[in-house]
Amino acid sequence: MSVTRIARSVGIICVVLALALAVGLGAFLIAARQPAIDPITPPPANSFAPDLLKRGAQLAALGNCDVCHTAVGGRPFAGGRALPTPFGAIYATNITPDVDTGIGNWSEAAFKRAMRHGVRRDGAYLYPAFPYDHFTRVSDDDAKAIYAYLMTREPVRAVAPANELPFPLNVRSLMFGWDLLFLRPGPFRPDKNHDATWNRGAYLVEGLGHCGACHTPRNFLGAEKSDQDLSGGESEGWTAYALNAGSPAPVQWNADTLAHYLAFGFDASHGVARGPMAEVADDLHALPEPDIRAIAAYLADRAGHARPAVSEIERQRAVQMQRGKTGAANSADSQASIGAADATHDDGAAIYLSACAGCHEGPRAVPFGGIDLALSSGVAGPNATNLFNVVLHGLPAADATHAPVMPGFGAAMNDAQLVALARYLRARFTDKEPWPDVEQSLREARSATRAATTRSAPSDRLMPPSTKPGAGNEAQR
Amino acid sequence: MKLNVNGQLHEIVSDPRTPLLYVLRDDLKLNAAKFGCGLGQCGACTVLIDGEAVFSCITPAALIADKKITTLEGLGTLAQPSPIQRAFIEEQAAQCGYCIPGMMMRAQALLQKKPQANDDEIRAALEPNLCRCGTQMRILRAVGRARALMATAQAGDRT
Repeated sequence: MSVTRIARSVGIICVVLALALAVGLGAFLIAARQPAIDPITPPPANSFAPDLLKRGAQLAALGNCDVCHTAVGGRPFAGGRALPTPFGAIYATNITPDVDTGIGNWSEAAFKRAMRHGVRRDGAYLYPAFPYDHFTRVSDDDAKAIYAYLMTREPVRAVAPANELPFPLNVRSLMFGWDLLFLRPGPFRPDKNHDATWNRGAYLVEGLGHCGACHTPRNFLGAEKSDQDLSGGESEGWTAYALNAGSPAPVQWNADTLAHYLAFGFDASHGVARGPMAEVADDLHALPEPDIRAIAAYLADRAGHARPAVSEIERQRAVQMQRGKTGAANSADSQASIGAADATHDDGAAIYLSACAGCHEGPRAVPFGGIDLALSSGVAGPNATNLFNVVLHGLPAADATHAPVMPGFGAAMNDAQLVALARYLRARFTDKEPWPDVEQSLREARSATRAATTRSAPSDRLMPPSTKPGAGNEAQR
Repeated sequence: MKLNVNGQLHEIVSDPRTPLLYVLRDDLKLNAAKFGCGLGQCGACTVLIDGEAVFSCITPAALIADKKITTLEGLGTLAQPSPIQRAFIEEQAAQCGYCIPGMMMRAQALLQKKPQANDDEIRAALEPNLCRCGTQMRILRAVGRARALMATAQAGDRT
């Protein structure tokens, strides 16, 4: 075969491939096209029934719409908050009913299409940073109520900054492919093997609650790994713990402790919600008690140990056992215990005793006193990320309300001291293997500015832990 | 244990777990930093460690043996007050005065890092420090004045 013939063959193959590619691309783009839905004039606020709005408010709170769609210090629902993703920052859009910059001219049909299929009113694709893979499970009635609620908020003129996505990810049509691969549109289907409460909880968790968006690990294309549902993920530089049987909580969660934690942002045997979960718990307080209980019942079942509440005595016993296992003692002779068992952790032990024990072994109860670290998922968790986030930045005071506060130690401790402290806490308060990559976790926590998301859940509606969660929500909200 | 306070090295004989505040007040007789809550929640004990505002009441002295500590005494004197001290005097920002040293140190940390901090940033930065007399508005005005004084002082230095 002569050189020219080879060249010609290669040329022909190239042309054919290019043609096939062009045809494929064309077909993809044609298939990806979504029609625009006609703009409407915003419906007057009094066209929605008050009951519908009230329900919409609760549902929007469950969906945490305000958390992502409100910039730090910005107007509610006006967008502009950056959601960091491995692909680049995506900015939440304005979902106030402003006609030019918000969703003021979106019909209910356009809103529902966005919720279920991740497509904008004008036909452009949304990125799955907006969890439409969960919201597609939302019932028609619920979507209608959320629409009514959002369309009656104060319209704010605000344009979100452009997303920081590199080519080709900035081509929205590509999301057609993502949707084909990962979006399973359709309403929630109840499981007949479970009761109504369980199914209600499942509907809320899998749908609007979109718990899996943080608590399920994601694949390299940013989709939740469906075979590892709720087995632990990541959110904005925080580790979202496993909610299934892999939960690292030293005292097992149950329906009662979960319900209290979700409604009030803390539980005596697990501590306070902080980081992104603080914002979630802040919102969940708006939910009616039966819904909170349903979510808790479903999650407790998923965790595989749905059982009645541990009494305070049982809880204490669990703490003592935990401590017994690690050779630590209670606060009175804490100092004495820093002997043989902790000889390898001298520096960490000294730091703990002088900087941490004052609050974490003090007389004040959770949430305003520090949690006994034998109960802390931060110390027992799969990595030191959350522990460092909290130790470095503390839990800053919440705006205009009281909330659990912890001072940050980022300026007072150097890296060697922080690492020594983390290693010591892990060894003393858990029976788990040492973290292999403490330094890496510290570097990451140091490099991020977490001030905006390190606060704990506001506690202006705190009630005594003995009080039933949910009681009196309406009056207080 | 050696501590570098206001540019001077001090040899301290103390339990390494002693909070820095106690060392400053009891051993070094530097009484500007105050004991308020002892929990790192009120800010009366605020001092600078390597330029960062830190609650000295919950910071074990041993942790900062290799760092530079600055207390209010290190900023200026009665005869020669620093810009932040002058500003607080000129705005008469103290009522009982207990929180003021901590306020000044936290404001100092902000203005050292960010000389042109705007009013919102000043408010946000001072959030960890509490004043129970209600002089917050004067304190904010004083920090604003200090910002201007420092800007002219720096301009003066350069010429």
